[in-house]
Amino acid sequence: MWGYIFKRLVQGIITVWFIATATFFAMHSVPGDPLLNDRAVTPQMRANLEAKYGLDKPVLTQYFVYLGNLSRGDFGISFTQENRQVNDIIRQHFPVSAILGVLAVVFAAAGGVLFGALTALYRNRLPDYIIMFLVILGISVPSFVLAALSQLALVNLNSLFATNILPVAGWGTIRHMLVPALVLGLGTMAYLTRLMRSSMLEIINSDYVRTARAKGVPPARIFARHQLRNAILPVVTVLGPAIAAITTGGFVVELVFAIPGLGRYFVEAVQQLDYTVIMGTTVFYGAFLVFMVIVVDVIYGFIDPKVRLE
Amino acid sequence: MSTTGIESNAMAGKVSSTRSAGRQLALYGGYGVAAIVALMYLLSLAAGSAGGGGSSGLAIDAQNNSITIALSGEPPQMDHTRQVDSLSGTVQEHVLEGLLTYDYSDNLVPGVAYRWEMRDDGATFWLRDNARWSDGEPVTAHDFVFAWRKLVDPDSGSLYSFVAYPIKNAEAVNNGDLPVESLGVRAVDDATLEVEFERPTPYFEKLMAFNTFFPIREDFFNSTNGRYASDADQLLYNGPYVISSWVHGSSMRWEKNPYYWNDEKGFIDVINVGYMTQDVNARLNLFKDGQIVETQLLAPMLTNAMEQRWQIDRFMEGTLFFLEFNHREDRVTRNYHLRKALQLAQDPVEFVYKALKEPSYLPGVSLFPGWIKGVNGLFRQEYPPIKHQINVAKAKEHLALAIQELGLEEIPPIILLVDDSPVGNLTGEYYQAVYRKNLGLDIRIDKQIFKQRLEKMTLGDFDIVAAGWGPDYDDALTYGDLFASWNLNNRGLYSNPEFDQNVRIGQSSMDQQKRMDAFAEIQRIIYEDVVIIPAYERGLSFVVDSRLKNFKRRSIGAPVVFNYAYIDDAEL
Repeated sequence: MWGYIFKRLVQGIITVWFIATATFFAMHSVPGDPLLNDRAVTPQMRANLEAKYGLDKPVLTQYFVYLGNLSRGDFGISFTQENRQVNDIIRQHFPVSAILGVLAVVFAAAGGVLFGALTALYRNRLPDYIIMFLVILGISVPSFVLAALSQLALVNLNSLFATNILPVAGWGTIRHMLVPALVLGLGTMAYLTRLMRSSMLEIINSDYVRTARAKGVPPARIFARHQLRNAILPVVTVLGPAIAAITTGGFVVELVFAIPGLGRYFVEAVQQLDYTVIMGTTVFYGAFLVFMVIVVDVIYGFIDPKVRLE
Repeated sequence: MSTTGIESNAMAGKVSSTRSAGRQLALYGGYGVAAIVALMYLLSLAAGSAGGGGSSGLAIDAQNNSITIALSGEPPQMDHTRQVDSLSGTVQEHVLEGLLTYDYSDNLVPGVAYRWEMRDDGATFWLRDNARWSDGEPVTAHDFVFAWRKLVDPDSGSLYSFVAYPIKNAEAVNNGDLPVESLGVRAVDDATLEVEFERPTPYFEKLMAFNTFFPIREDFFNSTNGRYASDADQLLYNGPYVISSWVHGSSMRWEKNPYYWNDEKGFIDVINVGYMTQDVNARLNLFKDGQIVETQLLAPMLTNAMEQRWQIDRFMEGTLFFLEFNHREDRVTRNYHLRKALQLAQDPVEFVYKALKEPSYLPGVSLFPGWIKGVNGLFRQEYPPIKHQINVAKAKEHLALAIQELGLEEIPPIILLVDDSPVGNLTGEYYQAVYRKNLGLDIRIDKQIFKQRLEKMTLGDFDIVAAGWGPDYDDALTYGDLFASWNLNNRGLYSNPEFDQNVRIGQSSMDQQKRMDAFAEIQRIIYEDVVIIPAYERGLSFVVDSRLKNFKRRSIGAPVVFNYAYIDDAEL
């Protein structure tokens, strides 16, 4: 077990190194100049700026300097917010994304399992049709539409009751989080519902369920012990990457609801060619994703005794 | 039908099993909800410690004399000697003050200096003794010397150091040729600041009201260990407000500065920056919900805003957008007749009102936007620009001449460099269509993201570029010198001795009438020699809560100013 975890961690570090290297060279080959601004600068000042960010050295030297800093956990200073360390940006904004992401994943997982089980139980009956219609909506409507519409709905709701039922935007209390988390988690919830439905259906018709029924096991027990527990496995499998995707993919939701998460920096840095922030956020998110996948693999061993970790 | 009975039995069994399974599911659902509620409680505790702002409350709180506003993002650079963006400028305008300042009606009035004197070779400022920093210490002349030296210090890498070049030796210091101590500014004593000029600078006093020339106190700067202006407690304030809290990317709180000297500024006790988002729709929703006092309106929002009977205002934000030609040797756009043909075949009025469809924009008519001041009144009223008329027949004549002069069979495809943005797309499409229709020219659109458009402009990799220019200070020269042959921002490398000569008059003549005559000449050359084609002046529509009075927008410096605003609750 411990040997397995150690092996996975080493693999993970190699993966992160690969992500860092690929991002570094991809970023430097993107056309455009990070130091250029609206106002032209003299060659002297340009040289000063290059020296400040170490851009005056050959790319390969920059790469090794970067790897050295990375191994010490130092991402450097931002190009666009010159007073801020990239480490500080991640430290201040990632918890916000993570909190929102956790709530969104909980919504998604709870809703996905619940609705998936429901649709399987009521297959080809009205609840199934209604839920599956909503699922298709949830998968196909992009989050920026959903975010904007739900925000508008909040405005109308508040004005209808002439009181502040839920805040329209902002961050700070649980009331600020509910709607953004729901919007953020809805796509994943829809996806999980479908996954849960198909794996439930497969199991309902399996041999051991028929045997249990023939033995006279109470239906509630069959459902809980034999069906739900087995059907939930594929959901757990995709949950790891889903957590990483939700906590990192909140750019639109963060923008619309004015939430100070890391997603904004992740996207805006690329638009503004902010080298250090691009590298910092990408490597950080990459490491996070790798870590989540490892965690899920370990958890898998506990849920499913058939999986032996070696 | 022998199977019917079996099937109905099976159905009955299935229904009952479904029901009990459903009950089990409901039980799990109940546990799940309980768990989620518990989790949400924990998360809300965590959120309080991670970036929790406390953006509750209303747009206007008359009882506590406070308002809530939204900014379009996190202010990226609060160190004013290195700041280039208007967002940081907005915050600085409320928490810092320069030697001079503008009043509500845009008159230059005393700030930290109560009296000043302008000469050909320099200026003297006498500082008031009741101007204080937010820790109670007096603001002295040394604080200005320190900040300005930092501004031109090549190690600071300040992009705005060029506005200080009128000060003696500033350019040489900035290029690293002279030590910073040789900058022509000196504190005679704590209350007297003496400035030497490189050349006569008639507009110098107007510079003194802008962020770039605000003071920094040396001992405080050194105590921040290179983290100056990175957080609320890493800044010292001498303006009407202090930043009492700053949660990055989320919120800010500006409270009245108890040490501020001027009781004509800062009538509202607390200004909450409750939200930071660049999403205009989100800000509009916040305004509708009564959470913020003011917001911008985009063209599609105007109909709805009018239905709500909001008081909508329009404001020219100061920036001019234009087609800039590449005047390099190897470019066809160097040819005068081609440029003239391109000028005569288009119409900015049509472009703004039919293509952009933005009612708050104005069609471009001159290099100098409408709000620029002249000798006594507005520059464009004193010196009306040449009236542009679209004339396709004449354009075709010029095109024929151009083909002849260039010795070509036909004009090769012309590359039009534009931003990859909604307005950039419309700009590209309009000119492409209009030149194909009127002149049969093939315009190739080169769409690039902002930073890369700048790189291509700097390298001269274009024939025509859709570019823009915003003002740096309140004088016609901020536009007038843009196409001087030595200006680094003249990216099409236009060069004309007559033009340059007029720029020099505009820079250094102490006679305001003579200067404006020179700018009028520049305005004429821009049109007649087709240096650029003005496209539009950018404006914006906005709405302000009717209970807030004296809210101010400005074309230069901070675009939104709450320093003179007060709450008038009487209407309720």
